Amino acid sequence: MEEVVFFAGAIGALGGAIAVVALRNPFYSVLALVVHLVALAGLFLTLHAEFIAAAQVVVYAGAVMVLYVFVAAYVGGVEEPEWEPITGQRFLAPILAAALFVELSIAILGTGLKAIGDEGPTIPFGFGSPEAIGTLMLERFLIAFEAASILLLIAAVGAVVLAARKLPGTSPDAHTPGEAGEVGG
Amino acid sequence: MAVEWYLVLSALLFATGAAGVLLRRSPLVVLLCLELMLNAGNLALIAFARSTGTQDGHIFALVVMVVAACEVVVGLGLIVAMFRRRLPLNVDELRGLRG
Repeated sequence: MEEVVFFAGAIGALGGAIAVVALRNPFYSVLALVVHLVALAGLFLTLHAEFIAAAQVVVYAGAVMVLYVFVAAYVGGVEEPEWEPITGQRFLAPILAAALFVELSIAILGTGLKAIGDEGPTIPFGFGSPEAIGTLMLERFLIAFEAASILLLIAAVGAVVLAARKLPGTSPDAHTPGEAGEVGG
Repeated sequence: MAVEWYLVLSALLFATGAAGVLLRRSPLVVLLCLELMLNAGNLALIAFARSTGTQDGHIFALVVMVVAACEVVVGLGLIVAMFRRRLPLNVDELRGLRG
């Protein structure tokens, strides 16, 4: 049973990932990433990480992806030109990725992970439940928790500063002639 | 399922994300591919948490999610600011810092 769930989740996650890379329209790429994230949440469930799976679906596939969809709709379709700054980048990049995968696989399969055993240790009742994660987070990992909250605050302030419209009266930011032409020189 | 299956799947997803970062030009899609790589790391962390029977990896994965959310917020803010300034949304043309 677990094998069926694993392979279904693996096919979903991998198909979603490849679709993110391959689809031309950024909007469809975002939707493919939602498929990938939901499939990954299923894999987390088979690993008894119930709270992480729920957080993945609610936070990632819900909130973060809505943000992506909004920006993809705001920016609109960006056509990617055929011009390549490095000759043969279209073929070199997949080769490099394949080499990375082979190298990582050798590193994974070459270690003594088999000694751990197939199923892993028997896990206690409540493994990965919100209660266990919350206790761990507020006791052993309190500093990480606080650092994460400060990081979120900084990111929220930074996003507002970056994307805020200029106040009326100051020069509008979008109409300076020649501004776009200076980039890429 | 043995933990190696999950780790190999995680390596495959990471390589896919890396290929996307190298191939695509739109900064939005590059951010999406970064998400793929972060999620591959999360999968490896959760798999290791299961195989060692401790829950520390779950906390690590949660912190990775927080970092990913921050990266998305700042990255999308940058993309919106670039769009407002009529800058080209193409990572190959935005090379003013390259000298």
